[in-house]
Amino acid sequence: MTFAVRAGLKKFNVAHNFETKNIYEYYGKWIREGRLKPNSDWNKDLKIKFTVQDPCQIVRKSFGDAIADEFRYAIKQCIGEENLVEMIPNKSNNYCCGGGGGFLQSGFREQRLAYGKIKDEQIKASGATYCIAGCHNCHAQIHELSHHYGGNYHVVHFWTILALSLGILGPNERTYLGDDLREVNVFHPETAL
Amino acid sequence: MAEAAILREGKAKKSFLDELREMVPAGNLSLCLTCGLCSSGCPATGLEDMDPRKFLRMLVLGMDEEVLKSDWPWMCTMCQRCVYVCPMKIDIPSMIFNIRASRPRDQRPKGIRNSCDVAVASDTCSAMGTPVEDFKFVVNDVLEEYRAAQPEFADMEAPIDKAGAEFFINQNSREPMTEPDEMVPLWKILHLAKVDWTYGSKAWAAENYCLFLADNESWETLVRKKAAMADELDCKTYLNTE
Ligand code: SF4
Ligand code: SF4
Repeated sequence: MTFAVRAGLKKFNVAHNFETKNIYEYYGKWIREGRLKPNSDWNKDLKIKFTVQDPCQIVRKSFGDAIADEFRYAIKQCIGEENLVEMIPNKSNNYCCGGGGGFLQSGFREQRLAYGKIKDEQIKASGATYCIAGCHNCHAQIHELSHHYGGNYHVVHFWTILALSLGILGPNERTYLGDDLREVNVFHPETAL
Repeated sequence: MAEAAILREGKAKKSFLDELREMVPAGNLSLCLTCGLCSSGCPATGLEDMDPRKFLRMLVLGMDEEVLKSDWPWMCTMCQRCVYVCPMKIDIPSMIFNIRASRPRDQRPKGIRNSCDVAVASDTCSAMGTPVEDFKFVVNDVLEEYRAAQPEFADMEAPIDKAGAEFFINQNSREPMTEPDEMVPLWKILHLAKVDWTYGSKAWAAENYCLFLADNESWETLVRKKAAMADELDCKTYLNTE
């Protein structure tokens, strides 16, 4: 978790010789530098809509809107600009999904799901079938919200979508994709288990 | 407002709020305008019949006992949205952290405590207790499988303890332990982008439940282990994947 490292180094005065970053800002950088060449053609006709959860601990609590914008740049290169639908509010003003702060492990499940109702409604209102969530707490919580409230949207890591758009996503790397993407742009389909 | 506590206790005793003021000087707890912006944008509003403004008022009024008894501090995710919208920038989540910390450790939620304890006891900092050897085995096993199955990636690497790599990359335990195929897209992306990276055999785990437990000592232990590993490998950038 980005915040635990950054805030911890500062709070406990830990001497160190490195910078602390989150990969969200590098995806866009590597694309701009031409080191990665994603292609969104697979979604030209499918027009599958994606929304993006801005993890509090990465955006509001660590790097602010700048990293959220950079991340969106990378997402758009992969899915096509018109297929990104935003939650309102978002970026630094985003609502927490309810998976953070230890809520997932605290045993207060009913309250956690009640907390997440706002997030569920935001995702439903966006009309997206996929929610990109890079933080594992967000991922687990939103996955559960989707089932619990019957939204049936999917939750994916960005690396899945980037690899799909690079044409390198194999058949066994699609756990979180829905049926609509199971057969799309499959790399080495013969290796399916 | 400390008077309330003094009256109630019948002796001059520091109220919990005074202690909090010392702990969170930047919190400006008594500058609250009671505007309610924090509560109206807080997803935890209404849980346990509580909301951030009410919680703050109770503290200011010296209702320490009720505050300490409530489970609500474990339902506030410390997401900082209230700070973002508060005109006085009152740091409610820091206050919540300190209230969590003031509960005896063995009475804090067991699930969070166990995850923290397991991570502290593990060289890898994994909340699932993954041993160093298991991590190495899984990474190399998956790597070999994919190198063979996808020949375009026959020379892909997933380095562990590569000294001098630019990026020290961490990984949530969930991937190597429960869904190892999920590591592969990331590796392939790093390979295509020609990124010079490494995992550490120790302290590679990304999660940190000790922060949630409000256990400063354990949180610090984990951060120090992670920093020491990245520095030992002489990496320029500690890159979080979550
Ligand atoms: S937003 Fe700030 S000033 Fe307004 S009620 Fe909440 S804590 Fe007080
Ligand atoms: S930090 Fe806590 S009180 Fe503030 S908005 Fe988030 S959940 Fe609500």
